[in-house]
Amino acid sequence: MRNTSGKITIMAVCLIVGIMLSIQFRTSESYSTNFRGVRVDELAVKNSTLTQEKEALSKELISLREKLTNVSSDSQMNADLQEELRKSNMAAGLIPVHGPGIIVTLNDSPRSVQPGDDPNAGLVHDLDILNIVNDMRASGAEAICVNNERITAMSEIRCAGTTILVNWNKIAPPFVIKAIGNQQLLESGLSIRGGFLEGLKSAGLQTQLVRNDKIDIPAFTGALKFQFTSPIQSNKKAGV
Amino acid sequence: MWLLTLFCLIIGLFIGFQLPILLPVAMVKYMSIGVLAALDSVFGGIRAYMEDSFDNTIFISGFIVNSLLAAGFAYLGDRLGLELYLAAVVVFGVRLFQNLGIIRRYLLKKY
Repeated sequence: MRNTSGKITIMAVCLIVGIMLSIQFRTSESYSTNFRGVRVDELAVKNSTLTQEKEALSKELISLREKLTNVSSDSQMNADLQEELRKSNMAAGLIPVHGPGIIVTLNDSPRSVQPGDDPNAGLVHDLDILNIVNDMRASGAEAICVNNERITAMSEIRCAGTTILVNWNKIAPPFVIKAIGNQQLLESGLSIRGGFLEGLKSAGLQTQLVRNDKIDIPAFTGALKFQFTSPIQSNKKAGV
Repeated sequence: MWLLTLFCLIIGLFIGFQLPILLPVAMVKYMSIGVLAALDSVFGGIRAYMEDSFDNTIFISGFIVNSLLAAGFAYLGDRLGLELYLAAVVVFGVRLFQNLGIIRRYLLKKY
């Protein structure tokens, strides 16, 4: 006959297993909510609110700059000063500009990476864009933007992981680089034999250079702050 | 008899959910292996009980030693950088299904 003590042990062990199971269940549940759900959701929400805030702030910045130009246009006294301000704003990239120029489009190589190929070879890098921008400047470009990010005196073009940052904003291929200036000079300066653009083309990247008579280049939307720099107070102009 | 066993399991679950104990995160993995070993022991015990070859000492010692051994294996595997806990999972998983199959057949024969 079956023994009753066996029954009791099985029941006792079942009780213990039940306790173990439920503790394990609760622990793994709290573990997963702590580290998976809550954190990622929280971070995603934070990210989206910060992005919205940033967009709102950059809109505000543009409207404030418009107000500034309105204020200065009200006073008719110093037309010279206004002219100077307009020029400085254009040079600093603080107002949108338009004019004739060229558009260079760069894109990654359409060829799929074969085994043994260098996967970097078919990609557009930050240095490629930087060199094109440099060539444009050397050919007399007056205003340049990359994927509608205005290139200013303080703009950076750099690689951050798998993306390229311009003015701290991520840009993605295809890279459209617009420049306003003398079309003839710009075109010949960029498409010169043995030039940089030709090198990119022979490396297999998709490049395109077209003239355009109506190019719009947006204003720089980032924040301008001078934390460490202050102008030298002098009656003489600096450098004279 | 089996209703009583099930009842005990449910009471155990209930107690566990009421207890204000949470395991430290590092222990979760080892505890889960231990629970698997314990479950295997219980089903093994039930099977032995049905085959009339049940032995109290073997059952209790198997329950404790298997759980500790499985957790110990998982710990050792972590120290060695080897996923040894997989061995415990596979062995206990296979045995669990075998025991459950045998128990099922016994019950089918009985009723």
